[in-house]
Amino acid sequence: MIAQRIIFPLGVVLGIVVLGLVAGSVPALHGLFSVGLIYVAFAVFFFGFIAKVVNWAKSPVPFRIPTTAGQEFSLPWIKWSKIDNPSTTGGVILRMFFEVCLFRSLFRNMRTDLRSGWLIHSPTKWLWLLALGFHYSFLIIAIRHLRLFVQPVPGFVELLDKVDGMFQIGIPPIYLTDILILLCVTGLLLRRLFLPKVRFISLAADYFPLFLILGIVISGLLMRFVFRVDITAVKALANGIASFHPVVPEGIGAIFFVHVALVCTLIAYFPFSKLMHMGGVFMSPTRNLANTTRMAYHENPWRKPPKFHSYEEYEDMYRDYMKEAGLPLERE
Amino acid sequence: MYDRGKVIAGLVIFSIIFLFPFLYNHGSASPQPKPSLDTPAIKALSQKKCVEDKQFMITTHMQFLNDWRDQALRDGNRWYVNKEGKKVWISLQNTCLKCHSNKKEFCDKCHNYAAVDPYCWDCHYDPNGSKL
Repeated sequence: MIAQRIIFPLGVVLGIVVLGLVAGSVPALHGLFSVGLIYVAFAVFFFGFIAKVVNWAKSPVPFRIPTTAGQEFSLPWIKWSKIDNPSTTGGVILRMFFEVCLFRSLFRNMRTDLRSGWLIHSPTKWLWLLALGFHYSFLIIAIRHLRLFVQPVPGFVELLDKVDGMFQIGIPPIYLTDILILLCVTGLLLRRLFLPKVRFISLAADYFPLFLILGIVISGLLMRFVFRVDITAVKALANGIASFHPVVPEGIGAIFFVHVALVCTLIAYFPFSKLMHMGGVFMSPTRNLANTTRMAYHENPWRKPPKFHSYEEYEDMYRDYMKEAGLPLERE
Repeated sequence: MYDRGKVIAGLVIFSIIFLFPFLYNHGSASPQPKPSLDTPAIKALSQKKCVEDKQFMITTHMQFLNDWRDQALRDGNRWYVNKEGKKVWISLQNTCLKCHSNKKEFCDKCHNYAAVDPYCWDCHYDPNGSKL
């Protein structure tokens, strides 16, 4: 089980690292493993993402799912949980905001254990904290990478860069989000590895993205602080991709190709994996539907109008036999 | 497709965010800048060589200069011995900028391109430039 679920995805990630190193040390492969790979991965991500969302949108959601954690709107003396169980569009927007931006579902995480014979439920915020730190770091890092793709660099990217590196520790400055994402991903990985209940339900598809992201973070940090590459060459490459004039500058170190290979794997794997919760969170029926099960009429979307068979039609069908048997007829 | 309007609106927003770099560049590439080595001091050199080799200086000069600063200002050690055993006086103003007296054409070219804003100039000033 450990071999299948943990060693296998780790091996795949290490294999990608080796592939990147090999590609990086063979100049003939540089174009294929930078520009080629990035275009393919971007296309797979973009069209795969859209196809997945459209596929989801084609599935009917016949019922409002009121299993949300809060009292639904009912009688005036029963306290209504307006955000957790909204019955209006405004309430839904608020609930979606708290879910998408602040991960409210994770905030409500509880642990249950047996303490001296008592079954105790207690709040636990670690998962929420690590997830929040991880996702926002990833977002900021992704936006910061824009400085390599676009020219001139927009002000908000430069500002984010400055704020992120505001402590000016070392040169190039250490970004706060780099430290945060490293801590959070490690924490999320340790959670899966060492909490027995979580390890029991964790599959290769859970470990693989974690190893992959950890690999991306580590290779990125190594590229920034240890095995330096010519950043203007990297920008020329990235900017060439984003302006459809791809160039492959010489003299970019192998570590860059490791980083790119890992990132491209993540991006291309995205639409086929659990990572699609990025789009899926907006499509979750327990979060995006107002609980109006009782106050509005909901028609089953696959309901077809029933076929009626009236007595007139029945009589038309069997008139001759009925006449033969002497039964009374409404129409001759 | 159910909720066609909302789903398509969401996908349009996703597409705009994802395609932002492509839309923003609208097809015009910015080539890699070539920092200019065209200064009188460099022209006068018999052997055109920086303190360390070129590839090292391109990729690692920032860490190198940071070490220089720490050595000079924190350890009081103003002499640096390079890989070839040559002694170099540690000073941004009197060593680096003596040859690279063209900050605008040398330093700023790549820094602007890569959107890097080094804090050298918080303390130092460019003796040949305008910025104090």
